[in-house]
Amino acid sequence: MESSKKKQAEMIKEISGTNPLKCMKCGKCSASCPAFEKMDIKPHQFVSYVINENIEELAKCESLWYCLSCFACVERCPRDVKPGKIVDAARQLVIRQKGQSHLLPDEIPELIDPELPQQLLVSAFRKFRR
Amino acid sequence: MHGIGVFVCHCGSNIAATVDVKKVVEMAKLEPGVVHAEEYQYMCSEAGQERIAKAVREKNLKGIVVCSCSPRMHEATFRKCAEKAGINPYMVEIANIREQCSWIHKDIQEATEKAVILARAAIAKVNLNTSLVAGESSVTKRALVIGGGIAGIQTALDIADAGYEVDIVEKTPSIGGKMSQLDKTFPTLDCSACILTPKMVDAAAHEKITIYSYSEVEKVSGFVGDFTVDIRKKARYVNMDKCTGCGACMEKCPSKKALSEFNSGLCNRTAIYTPFAQAIPNVPVIDPEQCLKLKSGKCGLCERVCQAGAIDYKQEDEIVTNKYGAIVVATGFEVIKLDNLQEYAYSQSKDVITSLELERIMNAAGPTKGHLERLSDGKAPKNIVFIQCVGSRCSENKGKPYCSKICCMYTAKHAMLIRDKYPDVNVTVFYIDVRTPGKNFDEFYRRAVEEYGVNYIKGQVGKVTPEPNGKLTVHGVDLLDNKQVKVEADMVVLAAAIEPSPTVRNIATMLTASIDTNNFLTEAHPKLRPVESPTAGVFLSGVCQGPKDIPETVSQAGAAAVKVIGLLAKDKLLTNPCTAKADELLCNGCSTCANVCPYGAISYQDKLINDHGIKKTHRIAVVNSALCQGCGACTVACPSGVMDLQGFSNRQIISEVDAICR
Amino acid sequence: MKYSYYPGCTLRTKAKKLDDYARVSAKALGFELEEIENWQCCGGVYPLSSDEIATKLSSVRALNEAKCKGQELVTLCSACYHVIKRVNDDMRNVEDIRTRANNYMKLDEPYMGETQVLHFLEVLRDRIGFDELKKKVVNPLTGKKIGAYYGCLLLRPGEILGFDNPENPTVMEDFIRAIGAEPVVYPYRNECCGGYISLKAKDLAQNMCDKIMDSASGFGADMLITACPLCQYNLTNNSKATVPVYYFTELLAEALGVKQEVDA
Repeated sequence: MESSKKKQAEMIKEISGTNPLKCMKCGKCSASCPAFEKMDIKPHQFVSYVINENIEELAKCESLWYCLSCFACVERCPRDVKPGKIVDAARQLVIRQKGQSHLLPDEIPELIDPELPQQLLVSAFRKFRR
Repeated sequence: MHGIGVFVCHCGSNIAATVDVKKVVEMAKLEPGVVHAEEYQYMCSEAGQERIAKAVREKNLKGIVVCSCSPRMHEATFRKCAEKAGINPYMVEIANIREQCSWIHKDIQEATEKAVILARAAIAKVNLNTSLVAGESSVTKRALVIGGGIAGIQTALDIADAGYEVDIVEKTPSIGGKMSQLDKTFPTLDCSACILTPKMVDAAAHEKITIYSYSEVEKVSGFVGDFTVDIRKKARYVNMDKCTGCGACMEKCPSKKALSEFNSGLCNRTAIYTPFAQAIPNVPVIDPEQCLKLKSGKCGLCERVCQAGAIDYKQEDEIVTNKYGAIVVATGFEVIKLDNLQEYAYSQSKDVITSLELERIMNAAGPTKGHLERLSDGKAPKNIVFIQCVGSRCSENKGKPYCSKICCMYTAKHAMLIRDKYPDVNVTVFYIDVRTPGKNFDEFYRRAVEEYGVNYIKGQVGKVTPEPNGKLTVHGVDLLDNKQVKVEADMVVLAAAIEPSPTVRNIATMLTASIDTNNFLTEAHPKLRPVESPTAGVFLSGVCQGPKDIPETVSQAGAAAVKVIGLLAKDKLLTNPCTAKADELLCNGCSTCANVCPYGAISYQDKLINDHGIKKTHRIAVVNSALCQGCGACTVACPSGVMDLQGFSNRQIISEVDAICR
Repeated sequence: MKYSYYPGCTLRTKAKKLDDYARVSAKALGFELEEIENWQCCGGVYPLSSDEIATKLSSVRALNEAKCKGQELVTLCSACYHVIKRVNDDMRNVEDIRTRANNYMKLDEPYMGETQVLHFLEVLRDRIGFDELKKKVVNPLTGKKIGAYYGCLLLRPGEILGFDNPENPTVMEDFIRAIGAEPVVYPYRNECCGGYISLKAKDLAQNMCDKIMDSASGFGADMLITACPLCQYNLTNNSKATVPVYYFTELLAEALGVKQEVDA
């Protein structure tokens, strides 16, 4: 159990290419996040969750599906920790598991309108499912 | 050479925990020439040195190898020890098995193997060492201080009070530096001008101090005790001897578009100006970029109103060459540019200002006469937000990796002063950590919170947005509440990071003084020699060495002065005998060495040489050992390999390499 | 001057006008956009994970084709620009991705990130020059107060995209000036419109779009311009505000007097 927690944390560090230990806990990521209100685990907390190897909680959290990949936190992070990349790595960890698709083709007809650009659908498919 | 002693130091556990010191001793005993080897816990201690002396006496040692820390740390110690024991100090070699071995290895076997090799190389070298005798050089009893801020002024005053001549070179038209721009100083809140200007006056009036204002160091040559420095006195276009400082010229000058450097660019100044009313010297300069007369030949008003006839449009830069025994760098700091931190809207709103700009706004002599008002519309602010760590503690693409050290305290000061003078104004401070490790510092910050009701929020700001109604929204986070916060502000003050003055790079190059990756000058030792540069005769005062507040700067300035006085008090200095020397028989006077010598120490003469009975006249290289710094550039450049550095001869170095490769 | 051109999925369908106006404008300005053959969708979002390879290959194919022709690669859609430029940066600087992508592609000669990726606005700024553009304007949009909307994808992360200052960009404002109109600078011009989130959390996108539109109109913008079809969609459909949002190429074509070639 301990070792699998460690392994998952290592994997997040590896695929995100970030070093959470560089974080000085200033909170600038959370101050910048436009989806902050929707997030149950806040951007700055992602960093400490990875440090503490609490990946199980991250995998369950709602925040994964609200991050916009707008890169405001990535751009402004004073320490190059880039929390947005950690959020995306956690999201990848989830959607790469079988049966963890957060957008089904069947849902689509109901969600779209005639104006909706293709770009939106491709992007959403990339972010919400494998 | 027979009679080498090897002494292996444990350095407590610094070396012994990673290097098997007994093994090093054993292996050393097998080397040619070694007659004695031992290990001890602290070789540099009195007991350790006594062991060396005893071995010299009993085993009649001729050469010594100490396997210990870096020679920068204790080479001098062991040389002295050898001399006391009766052998030439240059018969000592240090094998650095700490910094270059035990500290960087984890594996004992690996580290031990390397320590043995390093010892072997040092033994091979000492086998070829010869006795050297240090020469003597004289000391010019005059010091140069580069920079006329509080650091430079204090250093100069202390040196001058000890009875030595001091020159201050200041690049702006007046001494005073950043401190002269400040309003009040923490933690006692005394007026900056009230405590600084008397010191400026003292410096100007001191018979031992000469101030070169509006001047820059142009060239430095020589060495400790005997530097020669060219100082460029920039053309003031005002005759300093004639000017009475009446100020009529400044009143009449029609060119008023230049931004006042002293007021952080918040208001304008005239083309002929003194930076501020209490400037020293109180003699204006003409800014040639702004002066109508100098640019287009039309105007000349200042010349007409000057009763003293001091205006001189034809004045040119002048180079003064002086000799000094010691040089103090006191070049200070600048506030960083905020181009990489545009999220704070500094360039997008006039009401987002730096803390130094706020100092000018709060100052009675500043652009708003001390009234707290917005620069955009002159209105009194009701809500002010301070943002800490703007560009400090950042990755390199954003700002500076270090803590600027002074911001926590001056922000608490500003917050408190504003709440004191304008109790209706709400003050919010966004902070990451509050760092107040100084005497009465934390108490000061707590007063801001507890007595003055300053609202401290733990969390950084993501962005500042100017609003259509002229206000600013500060988008921050409150990490303790885990909430985003939006604070409406009339004014935002940024605690921007400080960096060494950009002029310091050039000065460090001229002085061959080392600087670190952040352009701070490096100390000779971070703990034990904090005010000395590794370059002999060069000393450090103030922020040029690292971020400091005023009390620390003044202490360090005094410390630097003591070091200078200690040097100037000597009549003679011992010179380094490890200088270059050409083999007269083989040198053909090709001039290659003189071309690479950075110190101008090599010249050529025709000399009558007796080569195995054949007498002829050769052109050969002659090294002035007083000028030679032993850098070795000539030994590498010499095409016939006849130039050698004494104590580091080509043979010695090759034998070290051979020993390593064995 | 000929550039390789990558239109992207949306410019073939919902954002056809963004493409059409760009092509006629390019012709008027004396350069040609040569569409690369068999381009495939970039995927809309850059795959952030360091172990993702397959999702980057469509960009590599486009980049390599431009390389083979010895041309710079131009995009119009902000998302395509973002994805392709970042993949190109990987191919240039990340050895692991470069090796694995090349193993996959089996090209005649490995692709090492040689192609220069340009956004159409960069062509205007850095290749044509706004002064030159200004000279070619026949129908200046005098009196129009236009807010530039950059969004995220053109600007961030600044150290890789190098498009403009990510917190205080100026290229679109300079463009607006060049076509004779007056730029309106407002601080939300680089804030996110919500992007793909509007599919599943419309309220969040609405909230974000409203802030952008309120800030722009508060500072007096009559209209906004954008380069991104998704931004255009979100700002138009997910905000209470009624400020119109145009593709920048439409105003460019109008200023150059070639708009009717498309509209006709």
